[in-house]
Amino acid sequence: MVDIEELSFAYGARGFRLRVPQLRLDDGERVAIVGPSGSGKTTLLNLIAGILKPDGGRIDVAGTEVTALSDAAHRRFRARHIGFVFQDFALLDYLSARQNILYPYRITPALKLDGAARVRAETLAEACGIGDKLDRHPNALSQGEQQRVAICRALVTQPRLILSDEATGNLDPDSKARILDLLFEQAGAVGASVLAVTHDHELLPRFGRVLDFAQFREEAPLP
Amino acid sequence: MNALYLAFAYLRYHWARSLVLVLVAALIMFVPVATQTLLSTSERALVARGEATPLLLGSRGSQLDLTMAALYFSDERPDPVTMGEVERIWDSDLGTPIPLHTAFSSGGFRIVGTTLDYFDFRAFTPAEGRGLSLLGDAVIGAEVARALGKGVGDSLVSAPENLFDLDGVYPLEMPIVGVLAPTNTPDDAAIFVDIKTAWVIQGIGHGHEDVVTAADVAAGTAALANAAVVQYQRITPENIESFHFHGAQDDFPASAVVVVPHDTRSATILKGRYLDAEGPTQLIAPAGVIQGLVDRIFRIKSLLDIVTAIIALAACAAIALALFLTYRLRAREIATAVKLGARRSMVLRLLAAETVTLLLISGGIAAAGAALVTRNAETWVGWLLALGT
Repeated sequence: MVDIEELSFAYGARGFRLRVPQLRLDDGERVAIVGPSGSGKTTLLNLIAGILKPDGGRIDVAGTEVTALSDAAHRRFRARHIGFVFQDFALLDYLSARQNILYPYRITPALKLDGAARVRAETLAEACGIGDKLDRHPNALSQGEQQRVAICRALVTQPRLILSDEATGNLDPDSKARILDLLFEQAGAVGASVLAVTHDHELLPRFGRVLDFAQFREEAPLP
Repeated sequence: MNALYLAFAYLRYHWARSLVLVLVAALIMFVPVATQTLLSTSERALVARGEATPLLLGSRGSQLDLTMAALYFSDERPDPVTMGEVERIWDSDLGTPIPLHTAFSSGGFRIVGTTLDYFDFRAFTPAEGRGLSLLGDAVIGAEVARALGKGVGDSLVSAPENLFDLDGVYPLEMPIVGVLAPTNTPDDAAIFVDIKTAWVIQGIGHGHEDVVTAADVAAGTAALANAAVVQYQRITPENIESFHFHGAQDDFPASAVVVVPHDTRSATILKGRYLDAEGPTQLIAPAGVIQGLVDRIFRIKSLLDIVTAIIALAACAAIALALFLTYRLRAREIATAVKLGARRSMVLRLLAAETVTLLLISGGIAAAGAALVTRNAETWVGWLLALGT
């Protein structure tokens, strides 16, 4: 699903440097990325998603070499094949849960909002236990319910890859495991791989593989 | 469409903020248009009233006071001219003189004593009742009828000018015999009576118990009535015969005289007869006086325009700041949209759609308001001009 070779990235000349000689994520695999803050975990997710452009190396996602795509093609590819789950949920307060789930269809012509997408949104919401709360706005939902909405939004486009950036970071201990299981269950239902950044070590046994990111960080050379 | 959908959802969710922005933007658009419409309509109405009144005869003094009193029935009180001046115009056979007596009021509206020629001159149409026929009759304008809630069969009482002036003005009860159709002119806010009725209010004429007969009074052979004699405060069919006037009618007063010359030549001759700057009377063309007033108003308007522009600029800056702060608040949404695959143009559309939606709603409200003002400008201007009376 994801194939990375000789990836390098640096934030300016004096910032930290990231170097990933090789990283592979198989179809349907669930991989956790752990590591200290500032080690570049979120940066890697942004590089895979094409939000950041690497200095060198190659990233291949679902058979497409994303590092070779133009900016517009990158955005189209991201909209169609990658789902995001954020730590702060990133829901829009002015939209109902239903419209938040369908939000990706509102912001890019790469996705077409049709009846099937609406049915998919409702089915996902039912599966995530928020089927009766679709007309509520985020401020009328609990933290766990908000993250369920965010998971539905990541999955409604039927992506091949889910990038989860500390998706359970803001949840209470009981909810963390439930939400992660829900994410895996729903990702498995659409055949999506999951690459998740997390600090919750008690959740690591639930992943197929754990990647310690400290090995990829390089300090910038002293002037 | 998606950008507009999201913009509308955003505006609806933050409805209080949106409402304030929409109203402020609508006001910025509406106020200059409404002001311009009302001012230009006022100009037309003022000039039209002036142009519809060819010549005005009055006591020498302020031409503006004379014009305002005779055309707009304002509070200005130019020195009266005598009815002898009216006779002089009749005798010249150069025009029709129409005396106006505007010294009194009732219920806050001016009582205009005149002759039936005024009704023909202004082409009044009665909406109800009949015209003036008997001493004491009153025909009221449409605005008087509306404001006082009166109609044919009701009555009005003239306001006493000085309660302690026992020799002077007594309140006179006047039956309303007609209501005029609206004209959107100061005539709507006037109470028309025969000029003789105005003289009765002034105390020049009166009716009282038959201590002596009217014939005796006319012959000058009667004793003067004393304070014990009851004066009538209402003219009725039973007592109308007792009403009489003291002195020669040529000496009776009028506030002004509208003069309708038979033709241009007659107008020129008439004007020539009143050129003497030392004479007690003046003959003016109200259109010129009104135009001078309008020019002065519009010079002030240009100052007002500058003030309006500065305020509009400040309000626009406030709106721009509010929108900028909104964009800052939506920065997180934009970052999310970019991560989910939104194109740059979509991000711009998301931000622009909110502004465009706001402006469209504001523009719609402003246009509706402007249409309302335009449709009712003449009525409202007539009312505004009547406020000064």
